[in-house]
Amino acid sequence: MSDPIVTICEHYHRDRSRLMDIVREVQARQGQVSPEAEAVIARELGCKPVEVQSTVSFYAFLSERPVGHIPIRLCNDVVDRMAGAAEVARAFERELGIPMGSVTGDGLFGLHWTPCIGMSDQAPAALIGDLPVTRLRPEDVPELVEILRLSKDPHAIPREVGDGNNAHPLVRSMVHNNIRRSGPVCLSPWPRGEAVHRAAAMDPREILETIGTSGLRGRGGAAFPTGMKWRFAAQAPGARKTVICNADEGEPGTFKDRVLLTEQAGMVVEGMIIAARAIGADEGILYLRGEYEYLRAFLESVLQEYRADGLLGSSIAGLGGFDFDIRIQMGAGAYVCGEETALISSCEGRRGDPRNKPPFPAQKGYLDRPTIVNNVETFCCATRIVLGGAEWFRSLGTESSPGTKLLSVSGDCERPGVYEFEFGTPLSSVLRAVQADDAQALLVGGPSGQFVQEAGFGRTIAFDDLGTAGAVVVFDHSRDLLEIVEQYMEFFCEESCGYCTPCRFGNEVILQIVHRLRTGWGKPEDLDLLRELGQVMRKASRCGLGQTSANPVLSTMDQFPHIYESQIARPRGFDLAAATSQAEALAGHPSRHLEKEGDHA
Amino acid sequence: MTTAVKPRIATVSLAGCFGCHMSLLDIDERLLDLVEIVDFDRSPIDDIKTFTHRCAIGLVEGGCANDENVHVLEEFRENCDILVSIGECARTGGIPALRNSIPLAECLDEAYRSGPTVYNPTGTLPTDEELPLLLNRVVPCHEVVRIDYHVMGCPPSAETLWQVLTALLSNEKVQLPYELIKYD
Ligand SMILES: Cc1cc2nc3c(=O)[nH]c(=O)nc-3n(C[C@H](O)[C@H](O)[C@H](O)COP(=O)(O)O)c2cc1C
Ligand code: SF4
Ligand code: SF4
Ligand code: FES
Repeated sequence: MSDPIVTICEHYHRDRSRLMDIVREVQARQGQVSPEAEAVIARELGCKPVEVQSTVSFYAFLSERPVGHIPIRLCNDVVDRMAGAAEVARAFERELGIPMGSVTGDGLFGLHWTPCIGMSDQAPAALIGDLPVTRLRPEDVPELVEILRLSKDPHAIPREVGDGNNAHPLVRSMVHNNIRRSGPVCLSPWPRGEAVHRAAAMDPREILETIGTSGLRGRGGAAFPTGMKWRFAAQAPGARKTVICNADEGEPGTFKDRVLLTEQAGMVVEGMIIAARAIGADEGILYLRGEYEYLRAFLESVLQEYRADGLLGSSIAGLGGFDFDIRIQMGAGAYVCGEETALISSCEGRRGDPRNKPPFPAQKGYLDRPTIVNNVETFCCATRIVLGGAEWFRSLGTESSPGTKLLSVSGDCERPGVYEFEFGTPLSSVLRAVQADDAQALLVGGPSGQFVQEAGFGRTIAFDDLGTAGAVVVFDHSRDLLEIVEQYMEFFCEESCGYCTPCRFGNEVILQIVHRLRTGWGKPEDLDLLRELGQVMRKASRCGLGQTSANPVLSTMDQFPHIYESQIARPRGFDLAAATSQAEALAGHPSRHLEKEGDHA
Repeated sequence: MTTAVKPRIATVSLAGCFGCHMSLLDIDERLLDLVEIVDFDRSPIDDIKTFTHRCAIGLVEGGCANDENVHVLEEFRENCDILVSIGECARTGGIPALRNSIPLAECLDEAYRSGPTVYNPTGTLPTDEELPLLLNRVVPCHEVVRIDYHVMGCPPSAETLWQVLTALLSNEKVQLPYELIKYD
């Protein structure tokens, strides 16, 4: 009998650049990628074992040590913690008899924390195996564990399937779309395939022209003009070019791409085909975050339908020479892989390390080919622009920001979910729509975006005001903002790839200082130090992660200075009453120093 | 003619063994140089029990094992410009903190009731209000107040303490040669 690992390697033609797929399969099958397995893979691919090890060690969903036959990954994002993730974790710990971060003795279960899994509107959420389980309550845990113990299969969890394609036979997940507001660009019906036919009939320069004049800017966060990016790639010399769709959606609180992939997947695929026509690409990659594995089979079927209809593959729409196909590349749990150069590294089977720019991907990207990377929503927009025209698109939104924007709203509001608004919409309108009447702060754009206080609720969603990849998190007046800042900094510390010092070290130092402030040990100099660190990180980090990861601190220092100043003013943090509680019970009287303590506290 | 006011130093041993203070005395005849340039305030060295003036430097030996220690340490923080914790007990809790993994009730039970050499027929525990109450766990000084500097060693050698004191008093950078901070 041949070694199953060898079979997996053979399946991928022993192609070193498909290492991600290979190790993911080994992980899925064996619950780990052991050093022995790494050695076999290295031998088969003709690379060094340390290369395999370096990839395995980078990704949260890959592990040299067993993570449990059924890994249970609880989201520990801020939003989930607000929704009671800690109690759910305690319930799992009780039922399984193990603490978070460990595996049961029989190897059946692993219990792990994971950052936002893109279910913030239905928190607390977890991935059990590949299956998202949403709106978890501690009281549901015993039954859940019982079923898993008996069946050893996450798919045996009884679940009411969600709306729309969440009920599709290839998905069958309990996830809900929570589409609260549809707009004319992304979340309304489109004539399937028509945009591809039009693109095939257009000259590539005409497509570039249309996308350029539409004023479309990237929806993934950086807001780069899409037409310009495509033009660079079209002009770059290279026999083969690549179109990549960035469906990594890792920014905490962002889940609109998940909804697009569930309900409008065809629009995304068509956008990629249009891009391929525009830049002359023959290869497409849909980089799907590991957390969305449950959508993979469904998305494969969508691609298959397009192939069957002659809209993907060779001679697309009957046009000789228009050859382009798309493969799905799965991620494996790494926020930084959303950064386009890290994403390209990951597609090539490497660690998700960001690269230096220039060269930009449009010149030298995937396998050194000219490559464009765009967000899921950007491709949807491109499809709609080819259908509706640049002028129509420009009539929506504002001068600087034409079109609409999908917002994924979560946190303290009555109607969390996905909203399609025209650019230029003020936050106050968003708040009304989501029914949040006690908002203390809004986090626009996720932790790498900015906190906005009440006085700023008149500001608008637009690239020249509040740009965002889509996350809006609402915090009401009961929330301790400094605690929230601390939790977001923990996230960045965890997700920094560690390559450059300002990010690797800066995030840790910021976390330490914020912790010190929260526990009453802050020094007045700390505030200047935080500002200085933030500036250094912004200027000296290699990629967008480190350049923006101080934002939770910088923007709250700007918007909510009192939360810092009040901490500095706090005299000290030692709680003598608590520290003498046991002795007090034994001696039958409290500390005689307590009163005096109270005096100068 | 005005007399230059000498900076004042206070020292205390909290939950320590006085080893750090012994080490301070080990600077030997340099003590005479020291008192030329400083005055000792509250300290076991001159047996002054309460602060008489604000002090430039406070040296703290030992961590906090009871409420009295906490109280004294807070007084030191209030009355000293620079607070230095010296020795491992002050920095980590040290030997006294070995009890931290055992619940306080068990510790007291062993010490006052069930220990092999204990004679205590009534089984009472000390409850007099004058006696300090033990903390649930022994804590290092920096968990109670802000500490400006820490000097390592158990105890830090006399030479180390001398170097630190003279550097602080002359407002210079402390530069400890390798042999003073090498412990094995
Ligand atoms: C740390 C980090 C994470 C990112 N994550 C994502 C992501 O999940 N999805 C995305 O589309 N863009 C993400 N980006 C932005 C991409 O680098 C890139 O700008 C984007 O995919 C380009 O597509 P667009 O022009 O259509 O927005 C991320 C950037 C950084 C620095
Ligand atoms: S900024 Fe952070 S994530 Fe980006 S390359 Fe540097 S260390 Fe890695
Ligand atoms: S550090 Fe050492 S010498 Fe100093 S008090 Fe503690 S045990 Fe004694
Ligand atoms: S899924 Fe937990 S916050 Fe996004």
